[in-house]
Amino acid sequence: MKFKARVWKVGDNINTDLILPNRAFYLTPEEQVTYVFSANRPGWAAEVKKGDILIGGKNFGMGSSRPAARSLRNLGLACLVAPYINGLFFRNAVNFAFPAIECPGVDEAFDEGDIAEVDVIAARVRNVTQGTELIAKPLPEQLLSIISAGGIYPLLEKEGSISAKGLSR
Amino acid sequence: MGMTIAEKILAAKGGRKTVVPGDVVTVHLDTIILFDNNFMPSNWREIQRVCDPERIVVVFDHRVPAPNQLAAGGHHTGREFVKRFGITRFHDVGREQGISHQLVADYGYAVPGSTLVCSDSHTCSGGVFNCLARGVGGPDIIYAAVKGETWFRCGETIRYELEGTLSKAVTAKDAFLQIAGVHGDHATQNVEYGGSGVAGLSINARKTITTMSAELSAEFATFECDDALTQWVQARTLRSFEAVKPDADAKYKAVRKVNLSELTPLVALPDSVVNNSQPVGALKGTRIDQAYIGSCANGTQDDLELAAAVLRGRRVAPGVRLIVVPASQTVYRDALKSGAIATLVEAGATIAPPTCGACGGGHMGVLSAEETCITSSTRNFKGRMGEPSSRVFMASPATVAASAIAGTISDPREFLN
Repeated sequence: MKFKARVWKVGDNINTDLILPNRAFYLTPEEQVTYVFSANRPGWAAEVKKGDILIGGKNFGMGSSRPAARSLRNLGLACLVAPYINGLFFRNAVNFAFPAIECPGVDEAFDEGDIAEVDVIAARVRNVTQGTELIAKPLPEQLLSIISAGGIYPLLEKEGSISAKGLSR
Repeated sequence: MGMTIAEKILAAKGGRKTVVPGDVVTVHLDTIILFDNNFMPSNWREIQRVCDPERIVVVFDHRVPAPNQLAAGGHHTGREFVKRFGITRFHDVGREQGISHQLVADYGYAVPGSTLVCSDSHTCSGGVFNCLARGVGGPDIIYAAVKGETWFRCGETIRYELEGTLSKAVTAKDAFLQIAGVHGDHATQNVEYGGSGVAGLSINARKTITTMSAELSAEFATFECDDALTQWVQARTLRSFEAVKPDADAKYKAVRKVNLSELTPLVALPDSVVNNSQPVGALKGTRIDQAYIGSCANGTQDDLELAAAVLRGRRVAPGVRLIVVPASQTVYRDALKSGAIATLVEAGATIAPPTCGACGGGHMGVLSAEETCITSSTRNFKGRMGEPSSRVFMASPATVAASAIAGTISDPREFLN
């Protein structure tokens, strides 16, 4: 789980409703991605390229249980790095196999457009553009194994506990 | 080393001697609540087996009654699930329906020392019952229904010592807005409430504080147990339980005092409650289009009675829509019996059926562009209740009711003294 790409930056207290607003609830997961940050950064979702990295601010993902992390993953983002992350958003990041790690100071260590190199397992975040490196909080082994398996659904599918088909993936 | 309430329940339900911050613990779940959003096509995966139908509760609350065909379809899927697995605790539209966190209180689903999950973020509401309750993700709840367990990450705990007594027209919502306004977010941390001031707060008032703790980004929010709490739970369930007290040498990241006697009505400005509270006087005169009283945070009988006390013999201002949503059919019936509903309707309130409804921008009072709402519900994020350009101020039911009368944000003390 190593990623190297340009970064996008957002501010503190980014909430789940900005990522997945209520008015997108009835759409398919694929359609929902076009609504990411539509209220605070209209047009941004179309600019994201597959593999880009998101640098969040403090208290990233505050709010609801909605699958906001799934929308960020489906948008093509490789991972999220933020100083600290709301616990419920973090759960959904694990659930949907979207790597999200906490790294104090990361919000100040990057300018938008910088190139980042993120090693999720080693918990290291490097700003390639500025030549700096930060130490992140390692993900617990138990949660890494869920992410490596592709999230909760593949685990349950494999043992036949849920149907193999469904819109939610 | 001593443990906090959350740490002790994590240890007990995780089969461990001790739990310390940083641990990831797999715990046994006593109560697993599914609600209508889980059954919507973009969220649902057909479950083939469940851990134990007796530990599962199914509630329809977010989109009730079904506002459109997709929601109706989700409800249908939920009913099929209930039938297939013989779930007996099913709260369909009708006499026993309500917002899940209110039903937890109405039916005694959260007992002291137990664990409870639901994939709604305000599930921490159940922490009022000295229970380890938290919101999890949609896939988590499916996993929980199948396996009967989940993982929890233990954070550090912040302890709030509540002291004194709230003044007239000042509520638990104001106490929460004080904490959120001064101390900001509590992400990755637990919050624990105790102190001599707790006895003076009703269970409903305490529940406002635990429910709103989701807005602090807290992991778990718990209250200590006392006689009033024990009586509440015992009146509603036959389940046995043992209250969990923090150890005398429990380790807290911080212990902070909140003097309830010193509090005044507060209002959170739009977009967040984190470091965003103002005294009501600072916003006096701000014009509103809608006033909303309800949700899992403030849709209890206490809240409806308080609103009725403010609105008795008065009228909602022309051009203002006051929407009142009892949090459950039980609350609705009680407020009908007490006369509170009659008072509210006489004043010009529209009563909506128990539902999360417009609190999440779903239905029953969604905002148009540029509109301003003052709400006693859970959340005031940008676009939360409708169009992204609408503004949502947050305050207590008393402040919302006072503002509905004036048509502008107003101090409830002017209406209750």
